[in-house]
Amino acid sequence: MANSTTAHAHDDHDHKPHGIKRWLYATNHKDIGTMYLVFACAMFFMGGAMALVIRAELFQPGLQFVDPGFFNSMTTMHALLMIFGAVMPAWTGLANWMVPMQVGAPDMALPRLNNFSFWLLPFAFTLLLLTLFVPGGAPAGGWTLYPPLSLQAGDSFPLTIFAIHLMGISSILGAINVVVTILNMRAPGMGLLNMPLFCWTWLITAYLLIAVMPVLAGAVTMLLTDHFFGTSFFTASGGGDPVMFQHIFWFFGHPEVYILILPAFGVVSEIIPTFARKPLFGYESMVYATASIAFLSFIVWAHHMFTVGMPLAGQLFFMLSTMLIAVPTGVKVFNWCATMWKGSISFETPMLFALAFLFLFTLGGFSGLMLAIVPADFQYHDSYFVVAHFHYVLVPGAVFAIMAGVYYWLPKWSGRMYNEKVGKLHFWLSTIGVNVLFFPQHFLGLAGMPRRIPDYSTQFADWNMVSSIGAFIFGFSQLLFVYVVWNAVRSGEKAPARPWEGAHGLEWELPTPAPYHSWDTPPPRNVITQGAMH
Amino acid sequence: MANAHTNDHPADKYYVPHESPWPIYGSATLFVFMIGLCGWLNEWYGPWIFAVGVLMLVGLFVGWFAVVIGEHQRGMYNMQVDKSFRMGMMWFIFSEVMFFAAFFGALFYARQLSVPWIGGEGVKFLNGLLLWQDYSPAWPTNGPEALGPRDDGSFETIPAFGLPAINTAILLLSGVTITIAHHALKEGNRRILNIFLAATFLLGFLFLGLQAEEYIHAYTELGLTLSTGIYGSTFFMLTGFHGMHVTLGAIMLLVIWFRTMKGHFTPQRHFGFEAVAWYWHFVDVVWLGLFVFVYWV
Repeated sequence: MANSTTAHAHDDHDHKPHGIKRWLYATNHKDIGTMYLVFACAMFFMGGAMALVIRAELFQPGLQFVDPGFFNSMTTMHALLMIFGAVMPAWTGLANWMVPMQVGAPDMALPRLNNFSFWLLPFAFTLLLLTLFVPGGAPAGGWTLYPPLSLQAGDSFPLTIFAIHLMGISSILGAINVVVTILNMRAPGMGLLNMPLFCWTWLITAYLLIAVMPVLAGAVTMLLTDHFFGTSFFTASGGGDPVMFQHIFWFFGHPEVYILILPAFGVVSEIIPTFARKPLFGYESMVYATASIAFLSFIVWAHHMFTVGMPLAGQLFFMLSTMLIAVPTGVKVFNWCATMWKGSISFETPMLFALAFLFLFTLGGFSGLMLAIVPADFQYHDSYFVVAHFHYVLVPGAVFAIMAGVYYWLPKWSGRMYNEKVGKLHFWLSTIGVNVLFFPQHFLGLAGMPRRIPDYSTQFADWNMVSSIGAFIFGFSQLLFVYVVWNAVRSGEKAPARPWEGAHGLEWELPTPAPYHSWDTPPPRNVITQGAMH
Repeated sequence: MANAHTNDHPADKYYVPHESPWPIYGSATLFVFMIGLCGWLNEWYGPWIFAVGVLMLVGLFVGWFAVVIGEHQRGMYNMQVDKSFRMGMMWFIFSEVMFFAAFFGALFYARQLSVPWIGGEGVKFLNGLLLWQDYSPAWPTNGPEALGPRDDGSFETIPAFGLPAINTAILLLSGVTITIAHHALKEGNRRILNIFLAATFLLGFLFLGLQAEEYIHAYTELGLTLSTGIYGSTFFMLTGFHGMHVTLGAIMLLVIWFRTMKGHFTPQRHFGFEAVAWYWHFVDVVWLGLFVFVYWV
């Protein structure tokens, strides 16, 4: 989307390829970042369409539109598309655009690897979406792929597994690129603790990705061999254990949810100081809190599976370690609040999204604390309360932060301002929609409605109807987002180099729109110290 | 490649490589490769597509590496690029370590938890009372239903201090030879370099030969196969993935050897050599883990 304007950027001496080859053979971090973002947007709408199929079916009790098997496929595919197709690529796209600009580098450290990481994704999702058309239909056992259920899939089974392998390769290579860029390409004079928080959170995210994506690859490979080659990793009659899959999966899965949210912390930590016109409160504690969250993410995985049975000592350990996460997360939330304290705050669209993130992500965090308590979890497990919890942290959490980031940096990318009025309309419709959509699901879950079912008892009818109405409001208001971005890029007002008066950081020292290669030569030291004012 | 940057950058200017068709070709390659595998498993037209995928993969490695080696030889990579390559390789090896960690985790979980539980240990006593009364859980095991190729459900394991111990010695020795080769490269002694590098990959292929011998023995005489319960599963998946990595490492060593024979690498700059050496040490260390936890204890 931002491409059309970068195409006529000023730096004509830049070596810039033209036509389709510019995209297919790209080595430029901005071009690749744009492709990531456009891809993520496409997947967001595809996964969103699947969510609307789900909510349409659940509008009333009874079976209306789809058969239960297809409904289960929709829940499974919606999750896989949103996690691996929308949120993760969107973050990688933002990292591609912003990390080189923020650390004072010309590009990512390994540009061709970067392009490889991106182009793996369309192929991976072609494999995954092909499952919709094979005998037996798309995978329907949930995105967690628990055996033995997932092993009973039809021809979709190997396609799903290999799609996940390709996504994993893409994520690992992308993460290696980010780590190396941050560690090796920082401009001389920029210490690790001078970096903007978006770089810090992405550095830690990338570390998590490199550590756990291979574990997911191992887990799904074991599923594959159990299905086709007679191994018995997850078969008790051969000495294996289906619960073992859950342990391996969630050893990946819990760090994975922080992979989705840590960059959001980074974006919010950039936006709130800008619009509060105050430096970020507690920069170093933010860094250490992020690192602590990442460390803790490796030792909490079994809280996803309390009801499956484990020794009491295990339940206690995982309950307490999970609750410990509230400490560094609380540090962050209080830091953001303290940043705004006595600031002169203005409420442009990026700030509105960041504030909604602050409130609604915290709400999702609190329901997470409730779920962490073992005896309570026995009641909530696999209910709509869980669905409400993780959608609160992922939609008004991760997705809102992505949108906040796009609104915040779009002027720098495209050289043009978005329409503030439509942006605010998009914000309010999204925020109202998302709460109408997900808040009633807390009630449904506490009342006992299980997740992943196409039909339900009539006592759940009212709140399901409310939730579905919210879903359609939220879903269709996202078209406004596309309109705002498109409109800004095509015909927005010209943006100054620093469109937000409170913005600090190296990216704002570059001309607008940012030149094709961000920093051809390292930025001078005084620019770094000026830019890196926290 | 015609419009390639030349190495006339000013020293303070960053190096950014020109665009390349190889990444998207590589993505398409993996796609064809995996569609072929899926087709094979689902009994469509898999083997043919898979064969195309393998050919494309060979083309990918030859083509992409040729470009990178050529650019390196023309001196287009400055020290910062060199460092990026090094860091990239280290993090890649870390990801490989985590891949093996998943399978080691499965092994430890099965041995320490799931097998005793199936046998009715502790709070799981009902398993022993109701499900599998006569199952006595002891490692090695192929489970309460004694899965495997033999009718009586029996199988034998490979003792650690036979072929596996010899293989351990071979891999450790190859770690020594590659270190000697590295020192020779740094001292500019190309003859020693070529000899000891050749010795390293020959030891690698010898290891693979003995491993194949061991597999044939296991399949034909010991009743130990991939489907021999959890022992067979963990044994073959761990040693099998390790074997694949040794194969890859040995091929990499072979490529590096051809390059040293052509006079590539200097005592100061030899990232390609070092990356392969790191990788080789990595498969070596994984093997030590396998030797201790799969064969020995």
